[in-house]
Amino acid sequence: MQQEVLLALLAKEPSHGYQLRARLREALGPIGDAMNDGQVYVTLGRLEKAGQVVVGRAPGTPERPDRKIYELTAAGQQRVAEWLAEVSWPKPDLAEFHLKLLAAAAAHLADPVAIVDAQRRELLRRLRDAQRAAMAESRDSAAALLLEGIVLRLQADLRWLEACERTWTSRKAGPRREQRATS
Amino acid sequence: MLRARDLCRQYGRDDSLVRAVDHVDLDVAAGETLAVMGPSGCGKSTLLHLLGGLDRASAGELWVAGQRIDQMSERGLAAIRRSGVGFVFQAFHLMDELTAVENIELPLLLAARPARTARRRAVQLLDQIGLADRARHLPSQLSGGQQQRVAIARALANEPLIVLADEPTGNLDSEATLEVLRLFERLHDAGQTLVVVTHDARIAATADRLISMRDGAFIDETRLTGGTTGSLGALAGLEG
Repeated sequence: MQQEVLLALLAKEPSHGYQLRARLREALGPIGDAMNDGQVYVTLGRLEKAGQVVVGRAPGTPERPDRKIYELTAAGQQRVAEWLAEVSWPKPDLAEFHLKLLAAAAAHLADPVAIVDAQRRELLRRLRDAQRAAMAESRDSAAALLLEGIVLRLQADLRWLEACERTWTSRKAGPRREQRATS
Repeated sequence: MLRARDLCRQYGRDDSLVRAVDHVDLDVAAGETLAVMGPSGCGKSTLLHLLGGLDRASAGELWVAGQRIDQMSERGLAAIRRSGVGFVFQAFHLMDELTAVENIELPLLLAARPARTARRRAVQLLDQIGLADRARHLPSQLSGGQQQRVAIARALANEPLIVLADEPTGNLDSEATLEVLRLFERLHDAGQTLVVVTHDARIAATADRLISMRDGAFIDETRLTGGTTGSLGALAGLEG
């Protein structure tokens, strides 16, 4: 779990680890299923060492013995503020796939169109999974918006694969066919 | 449920000959959802029109539920269109001056069903698509997604053997597309045979089978069975 995410969750109020986990699950819906609960505690431990959170003790009950409660320090708050202002964005690695097609064609290792087809099937399977998850969410669930983002992104990637297929199909057919197509 | 052999549809002649559908073989099983995907102009709409008897093939053979329809008389074809198939279009094609419930009961009345039976069935369908409270709304008073759901209900009115849909989400936003996909999923679960032509990958991805079409011919067929190489979490950038 990304450190900044947990810090930002703690900005609302000091919390137990299990409360953070519950808020993450609600925000992520089915996507959070892959989340490893232990990661939250590992990350909180690291943040404590870095001086960005401090750990207190909440009085326990018979069912729940006393538990750690995590709170942001000034340094932690500073880091949250910086994170909110950041404009970094996950990079789609299109260059790698593009180079794969070029290299495969140049060395006659594989048919680029077949590579595109295989890739499209894989992306369609991912789109199917994301779409099914989106269909199962209610309109007002927080996770629905995240799923929509995943679906839109996969659609954009699939459109690019269509462009790849068009280009490589016409290259395969030779320059003559290409000429005819543009005339 | 649907079977085509060497199906062709050509327009024009000589230099201006267009092979809109070019020697297509197709089998659609009962209860199957099939998506035909391709860029505009690839012939997928023409194919759908042939399958539903809206247009006649230049050559080839076509069966709907075991009945050969390519040689059928105009009258026989009209009967198939009326009750054998249900159509859904991109632009909805609802009657502007009729309310939602009236649009849905129209094909029932055209099939000579008694008015009361028709109304009962239309109201029941409206309820199924979650629009019972919109029965007396005109299409202009409904959102795009609601209009398309009414159009789907209309297509279902005569309990067709096959529903044929042409770009059903082409005019819809994300939320309305989700609603149409949910409705298709329910139809699928109820055993409805469904053929959708589209360039919307979301529909293609949720179909049982996907056919890619280019220049009037099928170039690829995919069954999206099996899992992905990643999890949903990986798609959202949560892992790794």
